[in-house]
Amino acid sequence: MSKLVNSIKEAVQKVGLKDGMTISFHHHMRNGDFVLNMVLEAIAELGYKDLTVNASSVFDVHEPIIGHVKNGVVTGIECNYMGGKVGKAICEGLMEKPVIFRTHGGRPSDMEKGTSHIDVAFIAAPTADDMGNCTGKYGKSACGSMGYAFADAMNADKVVVITDNLVPHPLVDFSISEIYVDYVVEVDQIGNPAGIVSGTTKITRDPVGLKMADYAAKVIEASGLLKDGFSFQTGAGGATLATAKYVQDIMLAKGIKGSYGMGGITKYMVEMLNNGCFQALLDVQCFDLDAVQSIRENPKHMEVTATHYAGVSGKSAAVDNLDVVLLGATQVDLDFGVNVHTDSNGYIMGGSGGHSDTAAGAKLTMIIAPLIRARLPLVVEKCLCTSTPGSTVDVVVTQRGIAVNTKYGKNQELKEALKKAKLPVVEIEDLKRMAEEIAGTPKPVQLTDKVVAHVMYRDGTLLDTIKAVK
Amino acid sequence: MRRSMLFIPGNTPNLLMNGDVLGSDSIILDLEDAVSPAEKDAARILVRNALKHLHYKGCEIIVRINPIETDFWQKDLDEVIPLCPGMIMPTKVSCANDVKVVSDYIAEVEARHGIEKNTVKLIPLIETAMGVENAFNIASADERVAAIFLGGEDLTADLRCKRTKEGNEIFYARCRMVNAARAAGVDVYDTPFTDVDDIDGLYKDAQFAKSLGFTGKASISPRHVEGINEVFSPTQADIDYAHEVMETIRIAKEQGKGVVSLRGKMIDAPIVTRAMQVIEMEKAIFGGVEDDE
Repeated sequence: MSKLVNSIKEAVQKVGLKDGMTISFHHHMRNGDFVLNMVLEAIAELGYKDLTVNASSVFDVHEPIIGHVKNGVVTGIECNYMGGKVGKAICEGLMEKPVIFRTHGGRPSDMEKGTSHIDVAFIAAPTADDMGNCTGKYGKSACGSMGYAFADAMNADKVVVITDNLVPHPLVDFSISEIYVDYVVEVDQIGNPAGIVSGTTKITRDPVGLKMADYAAKVIEASGLLKDGFSFQTGAGGATLATAKYVQDIMLAKGIKGSYGMGGITKYMVEMLNNGCFQALLDVQCFDLDAVQSIRENPKHMEVTATHYAGVSGKSAAVDNLDVVLLGATQVDLDFGVNVHTDSNGYIMGGSGGHSDTAAGAKLTMIIAPLIRARLPLVVEKCLCTSTPGSTVDVVVTQRGIAVNTKYGKNQELKEALKKAKLPVVEIEDLKRMAEEIAGTPKPVQLTDKVVAHVMYRDGTLLDTIKAVK
Repeated sequence: MRRSMLFIPGNTPNLLMNGDVLGSDSIILDLEDAVSPAEKDAARILVRNALKHLHYKGCEIIVRINPIETDFWQKDLDEVIPLCPGMIMPTKVSCANDVKVVSDYIAEVEARHGIEKNTVKLIPLIETAMGVENAFNIASADERVAAIFLGGEDLTADLRCKRTKEGNEIFYARCRMVNAARAAGVDVYDTPFTDVDDIDGLYKDAQFAKSLGFTGKASISPRHVEGINEVFSPTQADIDYAHEVMETIRIAKEQGKGVVSLRGKMIDAPIVTRAMQVIEMEKAIFGGVEDDE
């Protein structure tokens, strides 16, 4: 028996795709992904219409989806993150139906709960056998972890694996099992591994970023959480990675043995694992090729599913035991609510990803961002979009001061500890004032009444909406 | 108090905007080497606007201007003097007359804008063999001169030797500068340590400069600021001793004693002066911070 078919078109026809169905994709190839575009092109040529694309993330490389929306092939988009190119088109009113944003934890949980149904999942697989066993650890397009694709494979009615490295059955060390897979397609190239690495996965050399990182590391140290058993997540981003470096320095100097590092994994987290700072890395997605190599070679660097990482449908998730998470923001408001969906002009250029999941789970949720970015203040009266509720945010670190969130009856002790550590503790209102003294008060962004996106919280409730820009 | 002086290129808006958060006691807004000739005018405008609109709380501003051999230095002064930066750093200063030329022109601009004479001080950058030989004359050339500053990179080019991390090649210049400055009664600042990533090297270099008598040290990297501040700050033992000295003096005065000693050593005027300097630095470093303990 073999599940191998000759082309994507043949697979599409064999799974019985129909107009109006929902198809899904994962984003481990990040901005180097070819599969989403290839599949949509095949589907468009076959004449299908009115499809919903549920992709864990939509990157700039997926810009051709705009054309498929315009010609009616795609009428719905659901994702956890959306890059600026497609995001801008959405905010200019591209679609009738609002985009549905979920979180990295909410997406698989909604699938498992049945509130998000996938008809056909297309899984880009850097290595697969002809029965559908597949992995991201090997092959010319290796992306490392395939954490986000598990839920698609396990919950979709039909599953098509698309690979550019077909190996004899049975594939050793598979991630996703053949028991979920209907068809396998071999193509020349599923993506460009260089695109896995984005410009934000290197430590900053910008002194302002390093200043923020220095403060952030000192906040972590002063919080009392940096001790044996410490668990930690950073996103990608120059200043957060610099913080990880400083945290590593402290851990090594004090001989602290942490439990796990998590998240999108970069070479800096790999370095921490190799230097004995962690017992394990829990990897839902690799952010660079060093991480890809590590997950292939080091058994302590473990692949986890998105549900294991951050879901709410399991009996527990790794985020629930997280001590510290470092996160970015485009805006923070006076209630400590955070926007990572839109830029300061109201255009979509991101998404929650695991932002609100980790914020909800971690003991100490830190936002690290420059007080002014491209002439615009970070701290605003009210965020244009609330991606992460203020009640789950503990500290905002900027180069000009650190605001501790005591607005929800918590963190008073933390605030005192930071003051005692001689850190520049200020109120969130002070940060807003300081930023406006330098950059002025921006004019309000002009939005229409048309809702272009629904932002769903991890539990499936509606957190906010995004409106079209005038 | 000026332990650390951090160079900030005059053509980088993000750094200009954040110059006061990088931890140095002074920032040197640079219109000279960091800025290419084609960008001199843009940098000058940027620095002028930064001085006009930003507060730079708790941070002294020094503007490094172009050498008097160029066409730029007077324009630099025309733009920045009206905004009264703390100090001007003239460059490639080789003799007392170089200082006078700059000082006289500053006086003209001050007068033009109704600014009291000698408001803006000078910290001449000495970076030529001739400058080192004339260090005392430069340091005592004008009442605006508050400090002198050694530039090791250009100096070694002039000396026709290689600049090394060990710095043996500038040992003579360092000693001569310290002696000249102290003889003239002004402060003296050491050349930057240029290997940005070598923090251990920075500490050694700063400690050596301190041991020779330098007041502080310049830096081209914000990463070096913390180390420089640490090295040039008084230690807790220095602070405790200074307080002990002042307390002993106070008690002696109360008791009407003329000559006093502490731990068997006579407390003379230099010891008292040094103790007062240390206490002043202690206040500057820790005075503004609330102590919860």
